[in-house]
Amino acid sequence: MIDLLPILVPLPVLLPLLGAGLALVFSKHSRAQNVVSILTLTAVMAIALILLFGVHSQGPQVVAIGGWQPPAGIVLVADRLSSLMLVVSALVTLCVLIYALSQDANDDSNETPISVFNPSYLVLCAGVANAFLAGDLFNLYVGFEMFLVASYVLLTLGATAERIRAGVTYVVISLVSSVIFLTAIGVIYAACGTVNIAQLSERLSELPPDVQMILHVLLLLGFGIKAAIFPLSFWLPDSYPTAPAPVTAVFAGLLTKVGIYAIIRTETLLFADSSLRTPLLIAAALTMLIGILGAIAQSEIKRIVSFTLVSHIGYMLFGVALGTTIGLSAAIYYTVHHIIVQTALFLAIGMVEMRGGSTSTRSLGGLMVLSPALSIIFFIPALNLSGIPPFSGFIGKVALFAAGFADHDWLAIVLIIAGTVTSLLTLYVIGRTFNLAFWRDPADAEEPNEELVAEFAERKKTLLAGKTWKSQIGVPRSMFAATSVVVIASIVLTVFAAPLWDLSDRAAENLHSPVNYVTNVLGGDDS
Amino acid sequence: MSLPFILVLAMGFLFACGIYLMLERSLTRVLLGFILLGNGVNLLIVLTAGHGSPPLTDGKYLSTVGMSDPLPQALVLTAIVITFAVTAFLLAMIYRSWRLVRADSLQDDAADLRVAITKMIDSEAEASTEYDDTEFGDEAESPIIGAVDLDDDGTPADRGDEEPQDGGQHAGGQHARGLQDEEQADDERDAKNKHDKNMHDKKKGEKK
Repeated sequence: MIDLLPILVPLPVLLPLLGAGLALVFSKHSRAQNVVSILTLTAVMAIALILLFGVHSQGPQVVAIGGWQPPAGIVLVADRLSSLMLVVSALVTLCVLIYALSQDANDDSNETPISVFNPSYLVLCAGVANAFLAGDLFNLYVGFEMFLVASYVLLTLGATAERIRAGVTYVVISLVSSVIFLTAIGVIYAACGTVNIAQLSERLSELPPDVQMILHVLLLLGFGIKAAIFPLSFWLPDSYPTAPAPVTAVFAGLLTKVGIYAIIRTETLLFADSSLRTPLLIAAALTMLIGILGAIAQSEIKRIVSFTLVSHIGYMLFGVALGTTIGLSAAIYYTVHHIIVQTALFLAIGMVEMRGGSTSTRSLGGLMVLSPALSIIFFIPALNLSGIPPFSGFIGKVALFAAGFADHDWLAIVLIIAGTVTSLLTLYVIGRTFNLAFWRDPADAEEPNEELVAEFAERKKTLLAGKTWKSQIGVPRSMFAATSVVVIASIVLTVFAAPLWDLSDRAAENLHSPVNYVTNVLGGDDS
Repeated sequence: MSLPFILVLAMGFLFACGIYLMLERSLTRVLLGFILLGNGVNLLIVLTAGHGSPPLTDGKYLSTVGMSDPLPQALVLTAIVITFAVTAFLLAMIYRSWRLVRADSLQDDAADLRVAITKMIDSEAEASTEYDDTEFGDEAESPIIGAVDLDDDGTPADRGDEEPQDGGQHAGGQHARGLQDEEQADDERDAKNKHDKNMHDKKKGEKK
């Protein structure tokens, strides 16, 4: 076991890349391609789980790639935080893949050419894993670029006019963020002579405070665009909703959180001393409030949920900005919760679109009667998102607010108020969406969908006559099953809240003493 | 002026031009801007290596004195490749965009415009009616009382004295059709009248 763990560390990056190559080779045989992709991600999932347990019991694992020892060589570091994120991302990507493949198999519109989808998707997974495991800034940049380039392809799949339009915004904004990040790396190297995160955490603090401030702001700008923090968030609701449902689900769930992960690393390891606490807290409050106000104005469910995504990024930033151990562990717990819930919501919305023919609340209606199972699968993550008690959203928010109260600062109290208001407004938005799309008679819609109206009237007749009808989901079973797994995972977050909280608490403690990380990366390998 | 200083000036110039071009609406200029910006950053990374002899040894005399730092040179290779790949992708996307809409500029988001127009109609309709026919009252997201037809310029037009309920749904349908028309027209319109919103609207009016 002791010898096995370091071998496992690079595999979450390597396997999907090899899988992507194989999938390209099999591009003419979609069945073989699907088998390869699913097997790869299942293996990654298993490896990530083993890594998490191994790291939890034996401490961080450091692997020097190619035998080049740090600080000169590239290192991959799996500590509690990164292996936890790996597990969550593996779960989410596997479920979304199964969902996407079954949607594709049942889709006769042929909008998504499958031969491109699988390899790009696997490269995306590899890039995300690489970003989580990266032990130096430049490798982090390479990880970002890997999943970004894959995401450009996935977002513009099929290259319809609408997707190209959205893709242009997304690609240009991402390029700007990458260029800022790369500039930051160049300048940091010029200032410190290293890009190894462990070594940087020692050397950055020796720099003059104003230089530190510039480097800090540069890095945060780059990551802030990726994480969609106000005022750098306007690209997100514009570009995400046009992509295919599974693509949006994995983007919304994972990609913004990679930005948050990078911010957590920056704030704890690199710039533990130079604190941008006040501006970050203000940005967090504005992200929450402006995001949710945007959601209220929308009438497309996909756009509504994209805006709530922006708004809830504010919660994670709140926890990170507080900088205390409890704040960080709340932020980590909330990130895990949000990845799963946001993915589940977008997957459910994809099925709503399939069933109801649209995601506009101006034309949907009656889905509660037409497809009860679908409405339940939408309702659970929706309530979870708005923080209704038994669910993990509530636990995460309470933890964040507790961290805020423990801070004894008026700004933190303002943040708690903003968080509560945002939570209530989320509930309002979700309630309204549910009311319009699921409860009401589809004939009452502003732009009624004739199919839904006819079907609803028929169902009503059978119901009034006292008969029962065979309940149908109206979407492929495997799509429904994949979404259910994600929804169940979100409930598991509540049931096993204590172990998970313990884990994120330990992860936060590790983050809070960067000395551990540094000795593990730089000193631990000599022996 | 020493060589590094000139290179720093060149880097600043590339950054400035790149950022200026990226702010344009024309996609080709954005691409050119990105290329300049990318090269500016690459130059920055190369500059961090310092000025010195090539980082090569003859295998026996292993001194690093006077050498430039090899690490940034390794880093910049990766960065150049990434810039290259992304540039190729951008070119393909711009070409596709040109094929689709015959315009080398960033298009407006139809969904955004729809939200803006809807809100405008709703608020005006609410202000100009005395009845309140939904269970949500004024809180309704888009009350049926929006019994208005879209005029050519997107503002609410003559409302007449229709029955509120029928009128609402009727107008809703009309509204949807109007938007669909507009989307189709968007796809069809050629590069010539792309800036001429009025022309486009007039055309639509004639169709009706």
